[in-house]
Amino acid sequence: MKSNIFYSFGKYLGLLGQAFSKPEKLSMYWKETLRQMDGIGVGSVVIVALIAIFMGAVAALQFAYQLNGQLIPMYYIGYIVRDLAIIESAPTITCLVLAGKVGSNIAAEIGGMRQKEHIDAMEIMGINTASYLILPKTIAGLFVIPFLVTLAAVIAILGGYLATVPTGTLSDVDYIRGLRAYFVEYNVLMMYVKAYVFAFILVTVSCFQGYYVKGGSIELGKASTNAVVFSNILILLADYLIAVILTV
Amino acid sequence: MIRIEHIKKSFGDVQVLKGISHTFEAGKTNLIIGKSGAGKTVMLKILVGLFPPSSGSIFYDDTDFIGLDKKQLRDLRMKVGMLFQGSALFDSMTVEENVRFPLDMFTAQTKKEKDDRVNYCLDRVGLNNANKKYPSEISGGMQKRVGIARSIVLNPTYLFCDEPNSGLDPKTALVIDELIKDITVENNITTVINTHDMNSVMEIGDNIALLHLGELAWSGTKDEVLDSDNDILQDFIFASPFLKRLRNKAMGLK
Repeated sequence: MKSNIFYSFGKYLGLLGQAFSKPEKLSMYWKETLRQMDGIGVGSVVIVALIAIFMGAVAALQFAYQLNGQLIPMYYIGYIVRDLAIIESAPTITCLVLAGKVGSNIAAEIGGMRQKEHIDAMEIMGINTASYLILPKTIAGLFVIPFLVTLAAVIAILGGYLATVPTGTLSDVDYIRGLRAYFVEYNVLMMYVKAYVFAFILVTVSCFQGYYVKGGSIELGKASTNAVVFSNILILLADYLIAVILTV
Repeated sequence: MIRIEHIKKSFGDVQVLKGISHTFEAGKTNLIIGKSGAGKTVMLKILVGLFPPSSGSIFYDDTDFIGLDKKQLRDLRMKVGMLFQGSALFDSMTVEENVRFPLDMFTAQTKKEKDDRVNYCLDRVGLNNANKKYPSEISGGMQKRVGIARSIVLNPTYLFCDEPNSGLDPKTALVIDELIKDITVENNITTVINTHDMNSVMEIGDNIALLHLGELAWSGTKDEVLDSDNDILQDFIFASPFLKRLRNKAMGLK
């Protein structure tokens, strides 16, 4: 079991080594990167926005319930929702969701290409398939996912507002006062560190699972599931490590 | 011309190829035939470099294929075209984009030059009204033609075809065979075809290699097939009782 993990990790690093080599033709890679940006980014805006708005709304309502009748001022709701969104929920929950949506899609796409001999066809043409299939997806992910995380943070804060202010739980003055209280810019940096690390993990792990698919549709399904499971585990592990490193 | 010497290949304890030597000639359709499991696909994958052989040598004309470094291998692959059993067309691209893909990736041609070349190749395989269609919108026979067009777009010196007739009706299969044969002769290409289709053997078999249990059981031309007294070849060619009856009738036997 232990040797399997080391073997897979070595294979993963080897694949990344091949993937991050000089492209055959930059214009073709750029075209593919744009296509992937559209797939990963534009295709995920709705689901990310939907999850973020409920994330913020639920967080605001839960804290309003917790703070009700306490000595802590109610404007803290805005402050808590903001920091929760920026530090944790926007990068982590968004990337966990994207691991499910984008990760499984990537693994299925590359795995399908392996099974239908598309990858063999490219190899015979002389194309570095690891590079052509993985590098554009990784660049697209690193470019687009931090945008989605930013969008999720903004929408989560808006969700908190919509759940508390129109319902009379909190006045808009208090919510906005909370949003502006104790703002630490370093937290935004932490959000982007997480966004980039999680984006890299979810794209490359999913590519790895798809690239080495063997067999038929059952194996393809397994690869797709593994892409989501391993991405999620590694994202949560990385979340912990980043929290330890950046908050010490 | 491609020459292989003492090619062996094992997967674990199973030896699939047991020291095969053969020459595939330029300007001819070279067929690798044999029953399922004889080692044909492994042989073809070794020839194109998708599998490394356990031992033995492969020479593309005078170039030692096994000893090439990455750059040399890439340069050589510019001269190689391959038609896959399932055509292996990229689903997200149109017919035209599929054929243009190698040109986009490896040449610095202008858009017009590429358009001309793509249209020539599609025209050559008899497909001039399908440029904007996706692979899922065309028939299996048309997909094979697109596969051929893509494999010849860079003017290959070597062309490999894996089961080009599988899944096609006999008439369409014959058209594909003739197309491959014509292109081979026109451009003096070394074409290697992996098949177990008897029509192909008898129509375009310029140079046939019969694999049996990982060994080269027989080699010769289509004209030599009928006269051969090789039992393995005769068993393979006349596998069905119908064909056996036909052969016996032709030879005046009971």
